Amino acid sequence: MKLSLGPILYFWPREQVFDFYRQVADWPVDTVYLGEVVCSKRNALKLDDWLQIAEELEAAGKEVVLSTLALVEAESELKRMRRIAENGRFMVEANDMAAVNAVAGKVPFVAGPHLNAYNHETLTLLHELGAKRWVMPVELSQETLQQIMTVSSDELETEVFGFGRVPLAFSARCFIARAEGLPKDNCQLRCMDYSDGMLLKSQDEKQFLAMNGVQTQSATSASLLGEVSQLREMGVEMLRLSPQSQDMDKVVGLFAEALDDIKTNGERDEFLAALAMGELSNGFWHGKAGMARVEN
Amino acid sequence: MNKKVELVCPAGSFPALRQAVDNGADTVYMGFRDATNARNFPGLNFDERAARQGIDYAHSRGSKVLLALNTYPQPHNWSLWTQAVDKAAEIGVDALILADTGLMRYASNMYPDLRLHLSVQGSATSGDAINFYREQFNIQRVVLPRVLSLSQVKRVINDTDVEVEVFAFGSLCVMVEGRCYLSSYVTGESPNTCGACSPAKAVRWEETPAGRNVHLGDVLIDRYGENESAGYPVICKGRFLVNDKLDYAIEEPTSLSVLDILPQLVESGISAIKVEGRQRSPAYVGQVTKVLRQALDAAESNPAGYTPRNDWVAQLDKVAEGSTHTLGALDRQWQ
Repeated sequence: MKLSLGPILYFWPREQVFDFYRQVADWPVDTVYLGEVVCSKRNALKLDDWLQIAEELEAAGKEVVLSTLALVEAESELKRMRRIAENGRFMVEANDMAAVNAVAGKVPFVAGPHLNAYNHETLTLLHELGAKRWVMPVELSQETLQQIMTVSSDELETEVFGFGRVPLAFSARCFIARAEGLPKDNCQLRCMDYSDGMLLKSQDEKQFLAMNGVQTQSATSASLLGEVSQLREMGVEMLRLSPQSQDMDKVVGLFAEALDDIKTNGERDEFLAALAMGELSNGFWHGKAGMARVEN
Repeated sequence: MNKKVELVCPAGSFPALRQAVDNGADTVYMGFRDATNARNFPGLNFDERAARQGIDYAHSRGSKVLLALNTYPQPHNWSLWTQAVDKAAEIGVDALILADTGLMRYASNMYPDLRLHLSVQGSATSGDAINFYREQFNIQRVVLPRVLSLSQVKRVINDTDVEVEVFAFGSLCVMVEGRCYLSSYVTGESPNTCGACSPAKAVRWEETPAGRNVHLGDVLIDRYGENESAGYPVICKGRFLVNDKLDYAIEEPTSLSVLDILPQLVESGISAIKVEGRQRSPAYVGQVTKVLRQALDAAESNPAGYTPRNDWVAQLDKVAEGSTHTLGALDRQWQ
């Protein structure tokens, strides 16, 4: 099983992004997903910047994939998506059906986590259209994945979301602009102030969600660190680690160690808990509420 | 001259279907009594006999019947969904409302003459996405997610030959439909997997000195004071703390209503407007259908002279969530 680094879901300053990927070049990840998936207003980096980062990572031996916007509303967003789809150099992760339409039958692609692929029939179609890999929707369980993999083509690689705050929803509305009392059309890019999302707590002061602009994430960080050997036995080809602003090198290191040792241990879990944003969760994988934590 | 815009109304039961048809719905939509549709609530929806009865009633009065199979089958329950497609084709529904790509493939292969609509749960928000479904499955209509502004709706209509249906009234999903896992994050069940958002079995009320608490699973969704009226606890309409400020951080309890812009919607070239609420009472369905029938007729016959009548607004607000309404994403300010 290989490790991938998912796209940065937050809005980090331009220099921080460049700096982050300079470090990634030396990390033990095989694949790196690049690009803006959440909000098209965050354009500190243009497509040419992303392509430059992609070149550098490829030179460092990484497979690079360009991810498309999950929620496409404006014509300008469609145009940007098409330019990514037609980049002619790097593979594309299609995150909505407009993007699938742009790459289908033309170039191999990754069917991203924001497409709703819940069964083998859907995957068969995506595979026929050129999907080389698919990323399981985060709410599906190990049991469902096992059933899907049993009947799906062996040629279609499976990737699972293995670490990070979980993308739970998208909206037309920006929740950070709303909290700051600003209209979305004049949001002043306040999401820049929340490098791992803006915490939303219940009235009993418990961390519940992390608002990331138009995206809603879990406050917990999902972790399948304890499930690495199970994932490998199932034949899952790739485990996705979703970037957080601090200590991501150490997070990647823990997963890489777990892959080397095959078996994980409680000590490693404790290290991860200390590094992760919020508490750890793995409920979706175990067929329970996503926020739940099931001990292995 | 545009074709007449269709008024599509919800039927969670046979009495509701009758209310819709009798009050002027051109079309009603229903679901079977299981997880194959996104309003899978106890006591709701149609078994085969009731569905046949409903279709007879509607057809004999000139109304059409759509069947929503708008959740996402998984391998262990795949055959429940395909059997539902088979049954729908057999009992003679006028179209299927589908969300899942795999199921759409099944339906278009097995019943090439059966009309397919792409559900709002399919989350197609652009001409490019809609045309994908057109090319693959020859869909005839799309129900647009409630995330587009009016100008974006117009753009979509220009970019596709597929008929466009938009929501006109009812409870408002703030999140893009079909891509929201908030409910399963807290309860293990979501609209996509189980056809239920915020399932009743996960709701728990609790009287405390601080107020009346409502929990969904292990999460405190809201706390009501003595004189506050409590709504059904969905996560997106709860009150939470953000930067130490207590507020409806996601959305207030409110309903979508397009009464204010109905002529512009008609003018834009939409094919149908839809009322949400299969989980609501027959009285709700009757009331809302009646008002929207009058409003739509007025907007079509005299768009320049159209203004929403005060009694329409009052009647709709009476049955609206939070007794208030919004244009939602159709209005940029809301976003």
